[in-house]
Amino acid sequence: MNDGHSLAPESRPAMTAARPLRADGESREAVPDIRPTVTTRFAVNGRFHAVEHDVRVTLLDLLRERLGLTGTKKGCDHGQCGACTVHVNGEAVLSCLTLAASLEDVVVTTIEGVGSPEKLHPMQQAFIDHDALQCGYCTPGQIMAAIACVRDGGARDASSVREWMSGTLCRCAAYPQIASAVLDAAGKMVD
Amino acid sequence: MRPVAYSRPRTPEEAIDLLVGAGGAAMPLFGGTTLLDLAKLEVLTPARLVDLRALRPDYRAISRDSDGIISIGGLATMAEVARHPLLRREVPAIVAALDQAASPQLRNMASIAGNVLQRTRCPYYRDISWSRCNRRIPGSGCQALAGIATSHAVLGTSDACMASYPGDLAPVLAALEASAVVMGGGGRRSVPIDGLHRLPGATPQCETVLAPGELILAVRVPHFACLKRSTFVKLRNRAAYEFAEASAMVALDLEGGVVRDARVGLGGVATVPWRSRAAEARLVGMRPVDAAMDAANAAFREAVVRSDTAYKVEMGKRALVAAIRQAVAMDIADD
Ligand SMILES: Cc1cc2nc3c(=O)[nH]c(=O)nc-3n(C[C@H](O)[C@H](O)[C@H](O)COP(=O)(O)OP(=O)(O)OC[C@H]3O[C@@H](n4cnc5c(N)ncnc54)[C@H](O)[C@@H]3O)c2cc1C
Ligand code: FES
Ligand code: FES
Repeated sequence: MNDGHSLAPESRPAMTAARPLRADGESREAVPDIRPTVTTRFAVNGRFHAVEHDVRVTLLDLLRERLGLTGTKKGCDHGQCGACTVHVNGEAVLSCLTLAASLEDVVVTTIEGVGSPEKLHPMQQAFIDHDALQCGYCTPGQIMAAIACVRDGGARDASSVREWMSGTLCRCAAYPQIASAVLDAAGKMVD
Repeated sequence: MRPVAYSRPRTPEEAIDLLVGAGGAAMPLFGGTTLLDLAKLEVLTPARLVDLRALRPDYRAISRDSDGIISIGGLATMAEVARHPLLRREVPAIVAALDQAASPQLRNMASIAGNVLQRTRCPYYRDISWSRCNRRIPGSGCQALAGIATSHAVLGTSDACMASYPGDLAPVLAALEASAVVMGGGGRRSVPIDGLHRLPGATPQCETVLAPGELILAVRVPHFACLKRSTFVKLRNRAAYEFAEASAMVALDLEGGVVRDARVGLGGVATVPWRSRAAEARLVGMRPVDAAMDAANAAFREAVVRSDTAYKVEMGKRALVAAIRQAVAMDIADD
């Protein structure tokens, strides 16, 4: 797994050479202590960033560990839950399966870039009005997926919303309230 | 995930040089929704990722030529293909398969080439703590054959592997006689999708016929009269966002209610994207709804089942019968 991105690549702890990894006893071949890095230049919520990082770093970990944008959540880290949904060039994507290195000249929007405490985005307001959360862990991903659902024409009716929102799981099962919030906000969104 | 190097070539030639130069150690990357997932699990351990994103502008177009052949850029996303008016009108089965595949987020990320080349979801393949998996560690054995199967295949299995091919699109493309436009160290060639994936046989680790460095730049779908009346039925464990337990693509050319030409593709039930010529043969010359059960039985006649996979045959047959009925009921607009 990809932990420790807050460390500069050169200050990462060296990895022990031959750790048995597989149950068949085949040991991991000795890998030289090289951690290739790249520099990614991109805009997040209207601010430009240039970050040097280990190639393995995902957009999710870069946002959370390097840019301090912890609104985007990590559920599964394998593309299965949607908690990490952000917008890249306006399209909803999973930041846990997006290699940060692959982002060149793109604009990323996270939950921190949606609305403001003084003026919530209509989708945020609708989630409050419809009580569309319990623990709230999935909510940033739900809201990013929901905004894209409306923009992409998925908010035609309740069944269409359920299908378009199906990639974003809610363990508290606030699904009926989420669907009503999306339909409500769909009528109020201007962008 | 193991340390990995990264390149972002500007041309296919540059990408191919990098890939060929590294032998099998470098891998092309597009959406990463298969590759990054499996690299994190250390099922795939590339030394270099060759990101194809910079090539996208040249290999994302969707068009039709004067012979009616539809070309879909290999680097078009699943979402772009699913919403394209040409495909919505001409080949509804492709759109239906993509609309039911993965989630909107994943469809925005994933390419058509990557989709076709996705790996099995067999849990013994995905979890490296299992010591037996012939696909992952050649010659180590098959945990599914030795133990409990979970959504494994009943068609195209061997004594070495019974992992199912999970994708929704490739069975549709295989049955519609689509081919991949491939470019590699040896130049360009065309590879039929029905045949791109190798049956596991004794060497399940050899998953496709592509050589290291060969890129899929486009998929070409030839014109047949049956394309417009084509549809896709997917049966899964929940109503949305799940891989197929069984899927069926049916394309019919009808004249006076009788089948003139038919294509049948099956997903979720076979080790590779599956075209059932046996089912097609049972439909031609018949009234499709009358012949549906006969076609379904023919499609699964060769199935190899065990107690824990027997349900797949029943589901596969039902998916096929449902798809035949759905295709017949389609209201086909004239040009
Ligand atoms: C939670 C989840 C649910 C899913 N559900 C479904 C589903 O219901 N139905 C379905 O069909 N799929 C499903 N998928 C699979 C998903 O559609 C594939 O992972 C995706 O299509 C792969 O495309 P990609 O561009 O991300 O490929 P990548 O992950 O970038 O690459 C996949 C493979 O193809 C190779 N490759 C990529 N591009 C090229 C190219 N141009 N030429 C040669 N080789 C190339 C890579 O080296 C790699 O081996 C699901 C995935 C997830 C994570
Ligand atoms: S954390 Fe990305 S999909 Fe679960
Ligand atoms: S509100 Fe708890 S997971 Fe959705």
